[in-house]
Amino acid sequence: MHYGKYRFVASFLAVPLLLYIVFVISPYAQAFYISMTDWSGFSADRNFIGLGNYAELLSDARFWRAMWHNIALLIVVPLVTLGIALFLATMTTVAGRRGMVGRGGVRGSRFYQVVFFFPHVVPLVIAGILFAFFYNPQAGLLNGMLRLVGFEWLTRPWLGDTTFALPAVMGVLIWVYVGFYYVVFSAAMKSLPTDVFEAAVLDGAGRFRTFVSLTVPMITDSIKTSYIYLGILMLDGFALLQVMLPDGGPDGSTEVVAQYLYRAAFTEGRFGYASAIGVMLCLVTLVLAIVVLRMGRRDRVEF
Amino acid sequence: MSIDARAPSATPSRSHPSRRAPEGGSAGERTLNVFSHAFLVLWTVLALVPLLWAVLTAFKSDREIFTSPWSLPTEWHVENFVRAWTTANIGRYFLNSAIVVCAAVVLVMLLGAMVAYVLARYEFRGRDVIYYTFVAGMTFPIFLALVPLFFVVQNVGMLGTYHGLILVYTAYALPFTVFFLTSFFRTLPGALVEAAMLDGCSHAGAFFKIMLPLARPGMISVGILNFLGLWNQFLLPLVLMPDDDKYVLSQGLAVLAANQGYRSDWSALFAGLVIALLPVLAVYIAFQRRIQDGLNVGAMK
Repeated sequence: MHYGKYRFVASFLAVPLLLYIVFVISPYAQAFYISMTDWSGFSADRNFIGLGNYAELLSDARFWRAMWHNIALLIVVPLVTLGIALFLATMTTVAGRRGMVGRGGVRGSRFYQVVFFFPHVVPLVIAGILFAFFYNPQAGLLNGMLRLVGFEWLTRPWLGDTTFALPAVMGVLIWVYVGFYYVVFSAAMKSLPTDVFEAAVLDGAGRFRTFVSLTVPMITDSIKTSYIYLGILMLDGFALLQVMLPDGGPDGSTEVVAQYLYRAAFTEGRFGYASAIGVMLCLVTLVLAIVVLRMGRRDRVEF
Repeated sequence: MSIDARAPSATPSRSHPSRRAPEGGSAGERTLNVFSHAFLVLWTVLALVPLLWAVLTAFKSDREIFTSPWSLPTEWHVENFVRAWTTANIGRYFLNSAIVVCAAVVLVMLLGAMVAYVLARYEFRGRDVIYYTFVAGMTFPIFLALVPLFFVVQNVGMLGTYHGLILVYTAYALPFTVFFLTSFFRTLPGALVEAAMLDGCSHAGAFFKIMLPLARPGMISVGILNFLGLWNQFLLPLVLMPDDDKYVLSQGLAVLAANQGYRSDWSALFAGLVIALLPVLAVYIAFQRRIQDGLNVGAMK
């Protein structure tokens, strides 16, 4: 019996584990070693140079500019996205019943869930092409709309403008992700106990007060997890930016770290250097996760 | 547009008076009501208009796209879709995507379920190590692995092949699949399996005949999320599929869009976008309840 059991376990694990080790674990492990070499191409010729690549990265202005763009995305996009998502979720779950949390929320919340989530299933490449045209200076909907309402002076080549290109991309990211977090927050809010809300309403708390003092503290964990998850996505940003602004935008004003890494590796053939960029990106991701998880751990509400 | 018009009537219960909170009907609350409702409708419009606009644009002529971006197409140019499918190669890219994504989803669901089942229901040494190794795969950025992955795939001779991309897709979808299915298999009752084993059923037989059918709801949810995720994939094929006759849809569309500067055929591009959206749309509409229930379960944890 025991012999059969172990043979069964091994036979079920063998193929998936092999696949996982070859294509996932081994590349991750190799990345750290390659990042400490000057490997620059398809030859076997690579020398161990220790932290040389990292030293070069620290003084590489282009890398830091790209990192700054990621950090801008990391701060702005989750704040706005999660803010809007929280607001919309409150409107459809809590607000509809005068401060009470109903099981199904207001009528029609199902409709909103389906519609709001929809942009999230649109592949990023398609969203990128669509919105690149939306921002098109002549035929784009945005400038067309501005002309229509008489704000001619606001029209501009959005993606060709060093000041507005990055915010324009942020707009698309927010459009894509709000729906996903709307669904997540709605679910979290529906799982809250109703009695505290009833008590708050009896005590005369208004809707805004209920939201700030009850809803938000009780779903803090959900908000934090969302921030980490969305933050990790913002440290990538490759697909959308590569489609909307393939060459790093006007004067490189929107180049993100992932694009710089891709260029270093597959255009310039600097594989060691590119791997070092990847390791840095990974470190920043870890720091982000730790900072967010530690933030305000003391105000955690148990219920 | 008809969908937008429905939105306001979809939530008529907002202003009915409540016995519990007589102070709730103050002027301030009412303003908030109107404001919040307006915001819900506004976001509905924002979510849908770009996509409706894309569909309408796909039926216009090139000239019309630039001269009247707002109007309905004067003539419905269905041939845009034919041109996109044939001349612009969208048909080939579509088939490439379909082959790679479908094969990878089937493979990852099978392998993922096997791993998850063993991790969820058997005690053996190293089980936790294997579980956490898979879970860790969800947290590292794929960019860290990108350069070595390219050379691994090249060294095993699978660069630019369907099976190479299928295996890589499968490997990178495993962590998520294993993570969700393990918790799902833990919730299933074990009594049935024990009874079957007493009747002489093998371990593998119990899995394929009893547990896998029981796990269908979880399998479908995870399968759909994998399908949407892999259909969306852009970076991996960009690096691993260098030949343009094997491009997947997202790659092909990106190249088509980048070439618009000097060889423009906007109407075919928009038709291509709509074609690429169709499978995603079909899956979403058919399974949206399951997708959101899957998310909800994830959110409760």
